[in-house]
Amino acid sequence: MADLVLKNVEKAYGEVKVLKNINLDIKTGELIVFVGPSGCGKSTLLRMIAGLERITGGDFTIDGVRMNDVPPAQRGIAMVFQSYALYPHMTVRDNMSFALKIAKKSQAEIDAAVDKAARILQLTPYLDRLPKALSGGQRQRVAIGRSIVRDPKVYLFDEPLSNLDAALRVATRIEIAQLKEAMPNSTMIYVTHDQVEAMTLASRIVVLAGGGISQVGSPLELYERPENEFVAQFIGSPSMNLMTGEVVGTGSETLIRLDSGGMAKSAIPTQVSDKGMKVKIGVRPEDFVETEGEAIFTGEVEITEALGEVTLLYFKRQGEAAQVVAKLPGIRPELRRQSVKLTADPKKVHLFANGKSLLYR
Amino acid sequence: MDQALMALLTIVIGVGGCVGYFWASNIVLDKVIFPARGLEAGRNISRANMVRPWLFLFPALAALGLYLAYPVFATAWLSLNRNEAGELVFVGFENYRQMFGEDKFWESLRNNMVWLIVVPAMSTAFGLLAAQLTDRIKWGNIAKSLIFMPMAISFVGASVIWKLIYDTREEGQAQIGLLNAIWLQFEGGIWSTVLVQDLARGGAWIKLFRLIGIAVGAGLIYVALSWALGAATAELPYGKPQFWLQIPFWNNFFLMAVLIWLQTGFAMVILSAALRGVPEDTIEAAIIDGANPFQIFFKVKVPQIMGTIVVVWTTITITVLKVFDIVRAMTGGQQETQVLANYMYDKLFVAVDWGVGSASAMIILLLVTPILVWNVWNARKEMR
Repeated sequence: MADLVLKNVEKAYGEVKVLKNINLDIKTGELIVFVGPSGCGKSTLLRMIAGLERITGGDFTIDGVRMNDVPPAQRGIAMVFQSYALYPHMTVRDNMSFALKIAKKSQAEIDAAVDKAARILQLTPYLDRLPKALSGGQRQRVAIGRSIVRDPKVYLFDEPLSNLDAALRVATRIEIAQLKEAMPNSTMIYVTHDQVEAMTLASRIVVLAGGGISQVGSPLELYERPENEFVAQFIGSPSMNLMTGEVVGTGSETLIRLDSGGMAKSAIPTQVSDKGMKVKIGVRPEDFVETEGEAIFTGEVEITEALGEVTLLYFKRQGEAAQVVAKLPGIRPELRRQSVKLTADPKKVHLFANGKSLLYR
Repeated sequence: MDQALMALLTIVIGVGGCVGYFWASNIVLDKVIFPARGLEAGRNISRANMVRPWLFLFPALAALGLYLAYPVFATAWLSLNRNEAGELVFVGFENYRQMFGEDKFWESLRNNMVWLIVVPAMSTAFGLLAAQLTDRIKWGNIAKSLIFMPMAISFVGASVIWKLIYDTREEGQAQIGLLNAIWLQFEGGIWSTVLVQDLARGGAWIKLFRLIGIAVGAGLIYVALSWALGAATAELPYGKPQFWLQIPFWNNFFLMAVLIWLQTGFAMVILSAALRGVPEDTIEAAIIDGANPFQIFFKVKVPQIMGTIVVVWTTITITVLKVFDIVRAMTGGQQETQVLANYMYDKLFVAVDWGVGSASAMIILLLVTPILVWNVWNARKEMR
């Protein structure tokens, strides 16, 4: 049981504020994922929650108790590091029992906790080995086991899968999901730069950018209703296409004439006063469909990438505008060098003005 | 001036000769013996590459063979002979028998053992302490430079410095020796100065410092009381200048202080690098696991650099076994401070007894060898 509250939390190194105005409510049982581009401060925020970095402003509480100045060991947290951070001179058993020994638990208690964690993580046969005799995946499981034995209120994961190879990463990701399932009352915070991990594991995702929180929401919320251009482009691969244009028709549906000459219709409502407003429309590559009629975008395909189930079309750039990418079902390499007309369901056409989504006005 | 020029010339010839040898021998190998052209070009290149390491190692191997390997065997042979008016007479183990019968030899051996335990232990401990304490502070590098500086001083130079520290003048004269100058402050016994005498004087900070001193002192007194029964009866000659280097048995420790002072810098530098190499996240994991700074140091950091500690320890041990200059320069092995290397020197060059001198040299070799092997083995393990 642990509710975490961050209120106006900030982090400054001297004059430079790397994080500011961080407000976040985390409820018991949630698995929160921090994502963002490198340098956005996601690991720093996690380390502030862990107590490894000082919080230079604002309040951080766990279950209502202010934690700003509480040493890491007394916060009821456990952390899994990217590099595993196992003690190389200790066996798996000693690695897992170190925290309990420091806390002066009885030997019987320690053995019970370690054996239980080892059973959950299938580490029982390796308990007397040194970390160097384990594979990468096993080491990561030991690191997780070291957290479990402490029975913490909050688990912190700092890019735990980035040192594993692709196949192992998927397997371990599923193991972490199962672990969460088995411990419904534990709160987990997970940092990653991999959006697949974020989308599959998270109950809520926190997108961090430019030293602040860009948007908080469930994976599908972020995908379907991004609050701003940054989140729109950060979630989803390839990123959402943004095209500039001007509002020409308002009402329950909005009509936009694009600078590239196309016409787009969006299901986001606008008022008469919005007429003539400069906007950007956003369409995900997978939301484009071929059309013979009126098109949002017409262009010549420069490169095709057939992935089997889908084909990615990369269009020739038109002037200053960003390259448009479409994802069409099936295998379509014949479209290379062809002119293709694309449109999209108005419900899938996002509208942004000054970087913010018009949906949230 | 002439001598300076000669020295310069020697350096130029020496260094130039080395460079010249490597350059010329390489040319000869590549152009004349195995030229990289013609039908056998490929084979010649690989053959040249097989020969090249030996070609470049040759000067070092030859010099070491001549000046290191040969003397070992010659010394071993000398130790079995007696020099009678310039003639070598084979006497078997007679030299050893004679040496084992001498008190001075056993004194050297005993002193060497004490040196062997005290100096590496203290140097490594102080070095580790200095490395850890200077690790995260701003002026740590300055402190490290100061601690490392003695490394640049020769053993004899260090001995001269420390002789001044231990210097003794007649009672009543001004003491220029640092240790005696301090000693004379303890006129009414050590606690009189540390705790009581000056409590009334000085500013607030000094008073606070003295109060802390009293608190620490009170703790120490309790510990000391257990020793006190025996020691209390012994009257220490406070207030009188002491001839430090003439106090039997304890003078050994005053000599050891010199070597500890010299070797701590070495230990610190190596251990400091090793401590930096301990992965930061294992330390952070330990912080989260609730370990206090002492537990982090002793249970996480030190075990991870144990290999380096052993290498440092054994390296200093070898230096200690060979210790000669300090004893020679400070006491000459008098007043029960004799050590093996100085004993050897006395026999070889003062008493001109080649036989016993060589025999004692063999004993030193015998003691150094296992430690050397262990040291090399550990160093190689560290490098892997």
